[in-house]
Amino acid sequence: MNDQEKELEDAILTQFNRDKANVIPILQKVQGKWGYLSKESIYQISRFLGITENVVFGVATFYAQFRFTPPADHSIRVCLGTACYVRGTERVLDKLKEKLKIDVGETTEDRKFSIDVIRCLGCCAIAPVMMIDEEIYGALTPKKAISVLNKYAPVSIAESPAEEVEITGKER
Amino acid sequence: MQRLTIEDLKNINEKRKAKFALREGGYRAKVTVHMGTCGITVGAKDVMDALVDEVSKNNIKDIIVASAGCAGLCGKEPIVTIEQLGQETIKYCDMNAEKMRRIVVEHLIEGKPVEDYALPPPKEMTFYNLQNLRVLRNIWFMDPEKLEEYIARDGYLAAAKALTEMTPEEIIKVVKDSGVRGRGGAGFPTGMKWEFCSKVKSNVKYMLCNGDEGDPGAFMDRAVMEADPHAVIEGIIIGAKAIDSHNGYIYVRAEYPLAVKRLQLAIAQCYEAGLLGKNILNSGFDFDLKIYLGAGAFVCGEETALMRSIEGKRGMPRPRPPFPAHKGLWEKPSVLNNVETLAQIPLIILNGADWYRGVGTEKSPGTKVFCLAGDINNVGLIEVPMGIPLKTIVYDIGGGMKRRKKFKAVQMGGPSGGCIPESLLDTPVTYEDIVQTGAIMGSGGMVFMDEDSCMVGVANFFMNFTQAESCGKCVPCRIGLQCMVEILEKIIRGEGELEDITKLEKLAQTVKSTSLCALGGTAPNPVLTTIKYFRDEYESHIRDKWCKVGVCRDLVTFYIDGRLCNGCGACRRACPAEAITGEKKKPHKINQELCVHCRTCYDACKFKSIKVLPAAARKANDAELLELAGVATSAGVASEEEEK
Repeated sequence: MNDQEKELEDAILTQFNRDKANVIPILQKVQGKWGYLSKESIYQISRFLGITENVVFGVATFYAQFRFTPPADHSIRVCLGTACYVRGTERVLDKLKEKLKIDVGETTEDRKFSIDVIRCLGCCAIAPVMMIDEEIYGALTPKKAISVLNKYAPVSIAESPAEEVEITGKER
Repeated sequence: MQRLTIEDLKNINEKRKAKFALREGGYRAKVTVHMGTCGITVGAKDVMDALVDEVSKNNIKDIIVASAGCAGLCGKEPIVTIEQLGQETIKYCDMNAEKMRRIVVEHLIEGKPVEDYALPPPKEMTFYNLQNLRVLRNIWFMDPEKLEEYIARDGYLAAAKALTEMTPEEIIKVVKDSGVRGRGGAGFPTGMKWEFCSKVKSNVKYMLCNGDEGDPGAFMDRAVMEADPHAVIEGIIIGAKAIDSHNGYIYVRAEYPLAVKRLQLAIAQCYEAGLLGKNILNSGFDFDLKIYLGAGAFVCGEETALMRSIEGKRGMPRPRPPFPAHKGLWEKPSVLNNVETLAQIPLIILNGADWYRGVGTEKSPGTKVFCLAGDINNVGLIEVPMGIPLKTIVYDIGGGMKRRKKFKAVQMGGPSGGCIPESLLDTPVTYEDIVQTGAIMGSGGMVFMDEDSCMVGVANFFMNFTQAESCGKCVPCRIGLQCMVEILEKIIRGEGELEDITKLEKLAQTVKSTSLCALGGTAPNPVLTTIKYFRDEYESHIRDKWCKVGVCRDLVTFYIDGRLCNGCGACRRACPAEAITGEKKKPHKINQELCVHCRTCYDACKFKSIKVLPAAARKANDAELLELAGVATSAGVASEEEEK
């Protein structure tokens, strides 16, 4: 048993019994700890619960929450809820994709950023909204979104100095 | 807290009410900072810190500092409410730490309200005075993390009554007589659901709460779970007694971390106080309640899918019958109720069915919580009596459209609902009347769209959503929705043919009538309603290759009408493609080769000089463009005339 396997066993699996109904809570804990579900961890979970890896993968891929590749340093999640859509979130998303040269679901080469879309963060009042890691930024425009990125990784993004714009966003 | 008896509940209730009532010689004022997710996002924590700091610095002892849930007017958060002895209650909006400090000094110490930051008195605001708070009865007033506060607001008295004085049959009768209908969207009578389940004999039954609020644009359940978790738990306990269940789950989206945290805390408090677990309130009734975190699947809002998800499976719906009342979670009889439905059950038990029927209509009694979002001024959370006309919600409560634009449509019921146009704004908000328009009541999301919204684009947006969220089990939904998206995208690319509209309608009817669950059964509604009410827009997209509001990029040309442009440069600065050139105070010009048709300039222009022309105009010469601009009745110009 290697270190990660041991950690998974000690920190997570010991909290659960071997009831296969626990598969989703276990997957959530594993992803919470490592940021994604590796092939190895899925194998380990399947052995623990006495079900096949297929079943675990089947459940995991059904739910939008789970990912199977390591996340970037900063995960950008752009809200594509109705309110954000109506208030122009698509333009924000397009600009981010263009600047970072990646598509939704992908990670930049330097693993600094990844872009995902999310269906409604429930902050419709300050739409359009995106969430970088745990922070929410509201009332975005394409320009403002880019200047928010500068806060996280100035070198790879900035082609012109960051613009002074008011940024809405506080710790959640 | 030690285990409570019913006597204790009554004592705590009376003592706290007496202690915290504002009176001479006691507390003279109460300052509440509203801390829901949206309030916190825009800085409510800083406001709270500043308030606490300033109060202690000035050694003020006779005021209550409290936090509570969302104040409803989400667009003006952070909001602070000050109730003061002998004065009108004042709400301050758009707060920050600095403003808070000024208010403590001027309002609380010197006694002069700071009018610069204050909202008009709630009594004069149509936003507040047309509302009727039942589900939201506590959320503006109470710290959700304190059980005593909930008890002081008559919390758990209904559970006590139901557990000790009422039989399951009596509980079901009151709920049935009240006529309360499921607030998750379908509107099935709650009392009947309970009755079906109570009649099934089984050692194990499950009482479930649906907090998997998935409709984009809807956040009512989040607000209730965050700000009044105990009301939901109390409703669940009463339901459990009615159907004789001793195990329950609250299914919540993992995307609502604050709601999860507060529910967990509330459940822990209940176990400690003997309000959950064995022998609740010494009544002999046992009930265990757990939280189950959803993992992000829209379809899990459907009851059979939700139950599968709790079982640790892919959340796919199954055919009914058997209905969950007979075979639900783990094949045991189960009842699933929505958060909002459960939160009003305690009120019905305490006040009776007749009281409940005091507002609303015969078939849709009571109140409904709605979330106003989109292009409306008062974005927020409201609770209104059923039967209120949509118009009142748009103009009186919602305050009309942003930037004085014209109302175009409201999308009710999220992706399963439909667009209701201006001509139907007199429709009363009831389950029956909303269905007549082609939309559905849904869970309570209302997304407003102004004259600059493209209805084909909106339909496409919703179809993309439901298509992506289809669980893939049945063909009509999995493939039918995909085909509908393809047709819509073809239209948006400018390759549409007129028969595509008929094709869409036909496909929509097939998907509707042959899908297994409500997701497929309602998913085509946005397309059907937009075709029904905005057919001309589809036609102009197809025939003229012209998206008249400039949303569909392939179907527009943006053109600056030199006669209206005064050269302010707003569009030039806003343009992300640097396609606009022009000297100060001279008409600007768009370079059609560089233009990416993003509409940023159109939104930035305050003089309505930017016209939306058909795609074909990109190759037109100046004279032709000018002529075209003359006929382009851009919506912007019409509303300007109206303003005058």
